[in-house]
Parts: sequence; structure tokens; C-alpha cells
Amino acid sequence: MMAKLTIPEDEIMSPGHMGCLGCGATMAMRYVLKAAGRRTILSIPACCWAVMPGVWPNTCLQVPELYTPFETTGASAGGIRAALDALGKKDINVIGFAGDGGTADIGIQALSGAADRNDDILYIMYDNEAYMNTGIQRSGSTPIGAWTTTTPVGETDDWEKSPKKDMVSIMIAHRIPYVATATVGYPEDLIRKVKKALSIKGTKFIQIWAPCPTGWKMEPGLTVKITKEAVSCRAFNLLECENGVYKVTMKPQTTPLKDYLFKQGRFKHLPDDLIKELEKDLHMKYEDLLEMEKMTQARAAAREASKAPS
Amino acid sequence: MPQTLHEIPPTPINTVNSANVKTGGWRAFKPVCDNSKCIKCWTCWKFCPDVSIAISEEGPVYDYDHCKGCGICAAECPVKCIQMVPENK
Amino acid sequence: MVKELLTGNKATAYGAMYARAQVIAAYPITPQTTIVEEIAELIAAKRLNTQYMKVESEHSAMAACVAASNTGARAFTATSSHGLALMHEVLMWAAGARTPVVLVNVNRAMGPPWSVYADHQDAMAQRDTGLIQYWCENNQEIFDTVITAFKVSENKDVLLPAMINQDAFFLSHTSEPVDLPDQEAVDQFLPSYDAPYKLDVDKPTGFGSFIMPPQYMEFRAHMAGGMENARALIRKVDKEWEELTGRSYGGMMDMYRCEDAELILFGAGTMMSTAKDVVDEMRKEGRKVGIARLRVFRPFPVDEVRYLADRARAIGILDRTFTFGYGGPLFNETNSQMYNYRNRPPTKNYIIGVGGRDVRKKHIRALFNDLEKVAKEGYGKEGEVHWWGLLDGSTPEVEL
Repeated sequence: MMAKLTIPEDEIMSPGHMGCLGCGATMAMRYVLKAAGRRTILSIPACCWAVMPGVWPNTCLQVPELYTPFETTGASAGGIRAALDALGKKDINVIGFAGDGGTADIGIQALSGAADRNDDILYIMYDNEAYMNTGIQRSGSTPIGAWTTTTPVGETDDWEKSPKKDMVSIMIAHRIPYVATATVGYPEDLIRKVKKALSIKGTKFIQIWAPCPTGWKMEPGLTVKITKEAVSCRAFNLLECENGVYKVTMKPQTTPLKDYLFKQGRFKHLPDDLIKELEKDLHMKYEDLLEMEKMTQARAAAREASKAPS
Repeated sequence: MPQTLHEIPPTPINTVNSANVKTGGWRAFKPVCDNSKCIKCWTCWKFCPDVSIAISEEGPVYDYDHCKGCGICAAECPVKCIQMVPENK
Repeated sequence: MVKELLTGNKATAYGAMYARAQVIAAYPITPQTTIVEEIAELIAAKRLNTQYMKVESEHSAMAACVAASNTGARAFTATSSHGLALMHEVLMWAAGARTPVVLVNVNRAMGPPWSVYADHQDAMAQRDTGLIQYWCENNQEIFDTVITAFKVSENKDVLLPAMINQDAFFLSHTSEPVDLPDQEAVDQFLPSYDAPYKLDVDKPTGFGSFIMPPQYMEFRAHMAGGMENARALIRKVDKEWEELTGRSYGGMMDMYRCEDAELILFGAGTMMSTAKDVVDEMRKEGRKVGIARLRVFRPFPVDEVRYLADRARAIGILDRTFTFGYGGPLFNETNSQMYNYRNRPPTKNYIIGVGGRDVRKKHIRALFNDLEKVAKEGYGKEGEVHWWGLLDGSTPEVEL
């Protein structure tokens, strides 16, 4: 008896790519393409994915892809859409596919411009929490406490000191129609969100949390396991926000932060008291998120009710 | 691979499917499935980052030309029927 | 055909309209701003049908144009000075990606100190990006060059972006009568862009991914070849445009009374129009003088420079900028094209008009007189590079 497949069978990403063992970013690409289908154009800046498709003339991506300078994904994806509109080509998905550094740091200006214009594009930020392609340097998306090559742990305990930049809130503040988070451990949820995003006109933003075993100093076989622990310990929350209304799409039983942290070499130096502090902070943020969900949903319901004919 | 300037297009475009690149050589541990225990849930297929597992009536068919041996399939298999075996056993 | 009174910036917007640019992405900067305004007005008046992206920076403007061009659309942008400098990375990308984007740059000085006035450093500093570089002296030439530049750049043997330069305020904000051809004639002259390689879901390819050392050099050689091919094509398209409109700009170089000239001044932009007037006056006085106006900086007009070398007793090269190291860029380039040539008349570099400073008839006349001395006696105490009119007393004979 063959079980029914829970994700589309068509493989638009080929094997033979240059991704490391257990690379979450390759899984993110595989799922995004499964959701989007072959009538898709990708815009990819400098990031792991600029190298992973293969060395010229090879490519593992069976859709057209445009490589662009590091900070241009928003503008490039918008330019592709403008050209398709000018040429009268319809029913083609335009997806920007950028890393966390290319999104939260150097590319935030062009992304903000695209969102401001509400260009009809889907922007995927695959988040592996550091500049991995250049060799694990901290980015705006690196969480507090993490070791990276530019936040080394030595005599001064100089690990990452600033909080992970909240790209989801930044993008929601642009009032674009759809913002979501997803992770490669839950491909069905990820694919549903990509499909939903592509059904909406305007700028859509999805942050996909994509483990990097190489940069996180983690067993490559743990890529899927760690995403589930990240969600349950509240290190990464799965949500979507449609027209300002929040929905927390997964609310598993809370698990200890320590279990999540200590599977990764990048956190192994953290002292107990700091872990307790971080855990408190993550729980507070999660509770805030649940409050936002309650509040925005109640207000949306009230607006809906006031619209109903009396 | 083009050999002369004339064969190389003016615009740097990529047209060759990367499947010709055999990444199996990266592997230190090889996944081996005991098909008698496999329940054909296709969790291994679903999570493979290297698109190196095919679906068949008997169970997963590994593409050892490309599988890098990350071990996600073995870690995620709900009935633990996949073992990671050292390549140089 | 109609005649309209247009500023250089309006002529730019009209050029994009007549060329039927399909995607325009631009960001305002003085003195280019009235281009983005005019484009918006033309769209509002339903005269221009284009996808107009009001981007958040010049960097994004060029990035959007490159992406649009890679998708198969005709893309246009305009900027100036610091905006062009911000674009630098994407100019390189546009050329490497072989996208025939056309850009109009309003030449303006770089800060600090802040200046919005005419200066050629912004464009000359982009010499090595792989863009074809045109230089204009009036608004008609700007309009015409936007159309002819697309024709050259989109040719399959060229496939390189182009930059069209016009002097801040002297052209950008000055009205001149401009002949506008029939749209139908322009459409015939410049058919829609047929991209040989484009992002196509039915024929998927990747553009510009990682490459190893054994092949990278070949792609650069292809770019160099495209630039070489542009040389002949610019001359050919200039002739075709002349057949259509009666207007030619001399192909690679605009030579004015150079056939028998003994002293020639060579330079770019509006100051060379002034210089042409001086040549007419001095010719009446029996002086054998001529003007060579830079029309195309990249590819460099090698044959034309050597044509001048065959005639002149001395060539004065006017640079409205400096390379901070030695000499002006046009001086250095011109000299190197004569070094391996049979004739090598003495050259002198005049750094002049920097940051919008006036270049008047009396200055040009003084330059010819100085050049006469160079031809007869060699360089004076100022040497071969002279900051002309600088307040250091080195040019006492000329009032500013």
C-alpha cells in the first residue's frame, strides 16, 4: 500500500547542486518550487544560492533564474514583473529568493522599496541566521548568544549581543497583503503558505527558517529535528499575517530552550543564567504574538460584523 | 563544456542540468534501507535535500550518484528502517 | 515632423518616449529631476505607455532596468553625479549581463563640496564599467542619441548598455528647438527589442551564476568584442539616422574644420559649441584652427584621434575633470592612442570648466594662443597639464 504524498511530486530542483550536507536552504528552494510550479522566474542575489545551483554552465534550477548584485533583490524582482507586464506576459510567478543578510541587512532598502510600491512579487528570505556563503559571519538575523566567525567566543565572551532583527514586523509595517514565516521541517505548511502568497496580488514576504548544519556546528541529520524544536521552544514562531490580521499557525507544547540550543555548537558556550534570560524573553515575545493574534482577529471580526446588513 | 571562445555564448547563461555533477563522492556515511520494515510513508523522500530518493513499490530507491549522506532520512524515518553505514567499512 | 522648444531634460524624456521604452525606473536627483517629472507627465497625458518604477534609489533603478532587460523589455533610466556613482556596481552588472539598457546622465560635479553644476568626473569615472559612452552638445543631439543608442546597444553583435551624457543646466535646463520625427519613422528605424537571451519559463536558463577561472576570461573577451563591434555600428547608425532626419554627429567624433587645421582643441560637451564659434572667428583672421568634439568616449575614437594626429601641429585636450594622479582622462587616453602611431604632435592638457565654471570665447581664444606657443616653443613653466584659469595666477592673461 503506497501512502499518499503530502507535497507535490514534481522535482523542479535537480540533484548535483553544491549545497552542504543537510542544507536547509536547498530544502527551502525545493519546496518553494514545488509550490510555485514551473511558470516561475527566480531572482537570486549573492548568497549561498548564488553558488549552489552549480558552476557554469550547470544549474540545478529548472526554472529561469536571474542572478543579481547582493542588495538588489526587491528591485530586480520588481523589474522582472514590470517587464512581464510590459510584454503582456501573464500567469508567471516572480520570486525573489534571498538570504538573511541579503534581506535584513544589505538588501533591506530595495526590499522596502518593492514593498512600498507593492510590486507583484513573492520575496522569500531563507534565514540561516548568518552570512553562511562567506563563511559564517554574523548578520542582522543572527540571534543573541550565537557564535559566528565575527562573534567568536574567547576570553571576552564576545558572542552575538544584539537581538535577531524582526523582519516579519518590519514587513507587516509596510502594509503589504501577506507576510508569513515557515520552516523546512514543516514542508506542507511551507507549501501551503507559498501557494497562498502566490494567489495574492502585490508584495508578499515569507521568511523561511532554514538550518545550516555547517554554520551552526550541528549534525547534518538534525536539520528537520532542529526546526521542530525551534518552533516548540519559541525560538522561531510560525505565523501568517494577511492584511494585518495575525494567525499563529502552529502552537505546539512548550519545550526547554536548552534542548534546542545544545544540539548546536554555536550555542554551547552559553551560561545557564543567560539561557534562562533568553528563554524568558522568547516566551514573552510568543505571548505578545498570541495577544496580537487575538486583538487583530477580534478587530477584523468586528469590522466584518459592522459591514453586515442590519 | 564548451572548448572554444566561439562555443561560449556572449551572455553568461546556464543551460546544463546539474544532475551530471556527481556529488555522491562527498559521502562518508551511506543510507541503507531495510525494505522489509519500510512502511512507504515517504518521509525520507519528502525531506531529502539532495533529491536523491525515488519512490518505488519496494521502498526508497537511493541515487548514490548524488546522495551526500547527510542522514536526514535516517533521522526522520518513523520506523527507523534506514541505517547510516560508513562508506569505508 | 514637428519642432518643439525642449530643455535637455525634456528632450531626454521625449527620446525615451519615441524609442518606446517599455520599462523606466528612475530616482530624482538635481539636475536630472525634471526628466523623472517629465516622464510622469507624459504618462499622465497618455502620450507615453511604459511601466514606470518609482524606485527608492539609483542603485535599484539600474537593478530594475537590468532585470527588465534580461526579461526581454526595452529599459531606460536617467541619473546624475552621485546617483551614477551609487549605480556603479549595477553598471558593471548591466554590461556583464549584456543588457542594452540606455541611461542618460546629466553631468554634475561630485561632492564634497556639494555642487550641482556641470563637470565630467561622474561619467569619466565610469569609463571601465563596459557602457558605451556618448557625449552631447545640444538638446537635439540628446533626443536623437537616445534613439540611436538603443539601436546600437540592442544589436546582437554589441549587446552592451549605453550612457548618454549632457551637461548640467547648460543643456538640462536650457530650452532649444528640437525637431521631432514622425513616430512611425522612428518605429521603423528602431523596431521592438528582440532579446537573443531572456528569462523564459518555456526555455529556462540561468543568468550570471558562478563561474570558474577557465571560462570567466572568455566572457570578458566577448564584452570587449561587443565594444569593438559598437565602433563600426555607431558610424553606420549615425549615417542611417542622417538619411532619415538629415542629422549626423560625425559617428565616433564630431570634427569641426579639422581637415586643414594646424591647431586643434579636443574636448567634450557644451564648451565645445562655444569653441566652434571661436574657430569661425579665428578662421576669418586666417588662423588654421579646428575643433574635435568627443562624441563617443567608449569605445574610444582611435582612428579619429589618429586622423587629428596626421594634421595638427599641436592638439590641446580639454578635460572638465581630473584623474587625481596625472592629467585628465581624455588627455591620457588621447596620448596613449598616439604613442604607437607614426605621427605624434605635442599635446597639452587644459583642466577647465570644472564644477560648472564658465568656459567663454575669450578662454578658448587664449587656449589656441597657448597651443600655438606649445607648437613653436614647447611647454612653458606650467608643463603639459595646466589647470586653466585657476586663481593661482598661472593664467594671468585671461580674466575669469
